[in-house]
Amino acid sequence: MFDLDLDDRTEPPGLYVHVPFCVSRCGYCNFISSTRLELRDAFLQGLEREVALRARTWDGFDTLYLGGGTPSALGVERLVKLVRSLGPLGVLPDASWTLEVNPDDCSRELLWGARVAGFQRVSIGAQSFDDRALRFMGRRHGVEAIEQAVLWAREVGFREVSLDLIYALPSQSLGHWQRQLEAALRLQPDHLSCYELIVEPDTPLAKAVNQDKVQMPDDEQRRALFLAGAERLEGLGWVHYEVCSFARTPAHRSRHNLKYWTHTPYLGLGPGAHSFDGFFRWWNHGSIPRWAKNLADGEAPLEAQETLDAEAMRLERLALGFRQSGGVPVKDLQGPPVQLRAAIEDGLLVRQGDRVIPTRLGFLVADGLALRFA
Amino acid sequence: MKHKRNFSIIAHIDHGKSTLADRLIQSADLVSERKFQNQMLDTMDIERERGITIKSNTVTLPYVAKDGVTYELNLIDTPGHVDFSYEVSRALASCEGVLLLVDAAQGVEAQTLANLYLAMEHELEIVPVVNKIDLPAADIDGCKLQIDTELGLPGDDAVCCSAKTGEGVPDILEAIITRIPPPSGDTSKRLKALIFDAHYDAYRGVIIAVRVMDGGLQKGDELRFMQGGTVHKVEEVGRFRPERTACDRLEAGDVGYVIAGVKTVAKVRVGDTITHEGWQATDVIPGFEEALPVVFSSVYPVSSDDFVDLADALEKYELNDAALVYEKDSSAALGLGFRCGFLGLLHLEIFQERLEREFDQSLVMTAPSVRYQIRLSNGTELMIDNPHYFPDPAAIESVAEPFIKASLMFPERYMGAVTKLCLERRGENTRYTYPVPGRIEFTVELPLAEVIYDFYDRLKTRTQGYGSFDYSFHEYRKADVVKVDILVNGDRVDALSLIVHRDKARARAVNICDRLKEELPRQQFKVAIQGAIGGKIIARATIGALRKDVTAKCYGGDISRKRKLLEKQTKGKKRMKMVGNIAIPQRAFVAVLKSSDD
Repeated sequence: MFDLDLDDRTEPPGLYVHVPFCVSRCGYCNFISSTRLELRDAFLQGLEREVALRARTWDGFDTLYLGGGTPSALGVERLVKLVRSLGPLGVLPDASWTLEVNPDDCSRELLWGARVAGFQRVSIGAQSFDDRALRFMGRRHGVEAIEQAVLWAREVGFREVSLDLIYALPSQSLGHWQRQLEAALRLQPDHLSCYELIVEPDTPLAKAVNQDKVQMPDDEQRRALFLAGAERLEGLGWVHYEVCSFARTPAHRSRHNLKYWTHTPYLGLGPGAHSFDGFFRWWNHGSIPRWAKNLADGEAPLEAQETLDAEAMRLERLALGFRQSGGVPVKDLQGPPVQLRAAIEDGLLVRQGDRVIPTRLGFLVADGLALRFA
Repeated sequence: MKHKRNFSIIAHIDHGKSTLADRLIQSADLVSERKFQNQMLDTMDIERERGITIKSNTVTLPYVAKDGVTYELNLIDTPGHVDFSYEVSRALASCEGVLLLVDAAQGVEAQTLANLYLAMEHELEIVPVVNKIDLPAADIDGCKLQIDTELGLPGDDAVCCSAKTGEGVPDILEAIITRIPPPSGDTSKRLKALIFDAHYDAYRGVIIAVRVMDGGLQKGDELRFMQGGTVHKVEEVGRFRPERTACDRLEAGDVGYVIAGVKTVAKVRVGDTITHEGWQATDVIPGFEEALPVVFSSVYPVSSDDFVDLADALEKYELNDAALVYEKDSSAALGLGFRCGFLGLLHLEIFQERLEREFDQSLVMTAPSVRYQIRLSNGTELMIDNPHYFPDPAAIESVAEPFIKASLMFPERYMGAVTKLCLERRGENTRYTYPVPGRIEFTVELPLAEVIYDFYDRLKTRTQGYGSFDYSFHEYRKADVVKVDILVNGDRVDALSLIVHRDKARARAVNICDRLKEELPRQQFKVAIQGAIGGKIIARATIGALRKDVTAKCYGGDISRKRKLLEKQTKGKKRMKMVGNIAIPQRAFVAVLKSSDD
């Protein structure tokens, strides 16, 4: 009855820590994050409790990912303290440690401290290499800060540097996006995450769009931007292993993110973090005080939890599989066989053994593919 | 008998018929204040909401006149819409007189005239009443003049009232007893009673409203329905006050009800004559007609799983709507459903609304159609009201469609707009007169098919609400009609097929294609929507392929949200109807089948 997929369980779990702080909010972002930096110590205290709560049942993590929010908003001392507090969870010695940083609060000191604490991979929220675009998005840093952060990261010995880029900005031309990408490539990153700017509800961006102050690119333009990016990077021999993710070599793929996308167990700590143990998925309260209070009361700070039955797992494999180069097992596909033939003929999928793998065009319609075969 | 009066109120829609009825009931002190609600006789929610009367109702009012004598006034309420003109005629056949209500602000309208003619046909005493004299825009003298010139009734004799404030209502009551004659009839003759209405009651079965013409009837009598040919035993007779109140006997001149163990209203035909099985009348009361449906549409449940529920609801609905006819129908696109026949478009709308509201059904209804007379080359004649059965054009020799004779009234300034509308709708033999300066009475012969397709809405829009409309069936005429199919990527969507005049085929097909284009979700491939007559494409719309749909990044471990969205979409897809490889959401059918915008 339950498809436990025991093969997946031999893979060690990943550990995620959500640092829900930012010095300021960006106009497009709806992630769980607070600018109330005074809560940072309460957060660290709560985290210690959450670690203690979970250490009884979890260990042997081979990835650690510190995301946010902006982990760099913690400052170096708190960052080191946070890492130390994770001790009881038993992160494996050869684990891949990733730290997300924001160029504007990413000092050389912070990077050095992080490197010493154990991080080898840094993911820098560059977003754009055009100061006007950065200002439009509500970023406090300029292009120079990004370049500086990359230099320092290399200096203090980070082995992998990843850059986040955002495209499909209002009225963005193909040429503009291509220039951003080239600017990023000049910094010789090992990994790039290219995110399409999505108008999330209740953000300043959504308001501007509703008031017709900005014009978002239409689907055809977004498609053109996506294809241009993918073509350029794959032309350089990069691996397009997930809709938004590109790695210089297969070894530079984000080991941590791959766990999410392949149903490998992961434990998420911090407000709003999601966890999955192969069978249950649960997520924490997004409110920092609420999360902290539950933990202070000795309770798990859960907002909700769900059991994934075989059908739910199958749907997730579809929802995730068409977004990544790993694809979907053919046995998961439902609907008339003609649909699969049509999708292959239309150049959206290729068949590889007992799996179907989305092409670059397939990535573009991953949601529709999932629905088609659901 | 000389202390009885049987009367109806006739009026154009909105001229205040129900309000006046309320006022009359109140003045008779029949209903306590507590129980009183507006539109007392309109018992259905839809009637109250739309302010129209669908089912007629009857009430017996005791009235102490100025001469000190107590009279029994029977108010026979009539449905206020052209779809139900036969019911109106049967109600009028039960009366000796009518109150002809005219809105003091609006004056004489098309239905006022149509109703007047009906009353005159039945040789009824007509008491003109000018209503709404409390309105600031009331023009009492102008109204009286109109009654004089347009209706040919003595305008000075009109009673003025405001049903809303109650002013003038006592004058009306006096006018009823002084001007409307008492019923004639002979209590010693063989029983003859006219059925003018029937309602279904969950506990008692069918409540039959009757006017006794001759003789009398009481509990235990064996009755014969002369047209229906059935025999029933009387369980109870009584009067409407306005609740049913049993009495010993109904006699010539009386208006009341009969309960005789009849299970559905379909068994009781309005207009039928009731007599005694053992002592039968020699002739029937003239004017009986079978209710003939003129508008047809197929009805399907929004979700195919709900067919059984729909069948159940229809069965219950039918208990109280004798005019509805239906049979099973099926569509490749919409599954099992029913083909229904209606007296008119309003009847159809009421049916739809009541099923949705009272029976909680979600419905999809196909484009309404009229019934065509088709002669095949081999000499066979067919009556076709369902595009599904429309024969191969090659086998058709000729087609005839029903025409109506419509009467429209409106202020002169809309002449151009109305003429244009009638021409667009293939109107023929238009004629007009100026009953009073500034107002036009316009008669035109129109194909019914053009009228059921939003004609009334259009008329209202183009005359800014001042146009009124009435019609009666005229005749069948040769027509060049074709069947238009709608194809989605080459597959026919049977539920969208329609029979339409050749000149209108392209415009209608284009309209449907465009609407469907708006409603169909984009697919990952190009979708061609076509309108076709046989193999010939007459309209086309293309939905470009959706070449990008992947949205939000899948950040962090929040995969549940993504899955839930997919689950929801998958469920939605299951509710869609597959045509070829394209899932058509039910709302697309609903939107396309709603009548068009210009």
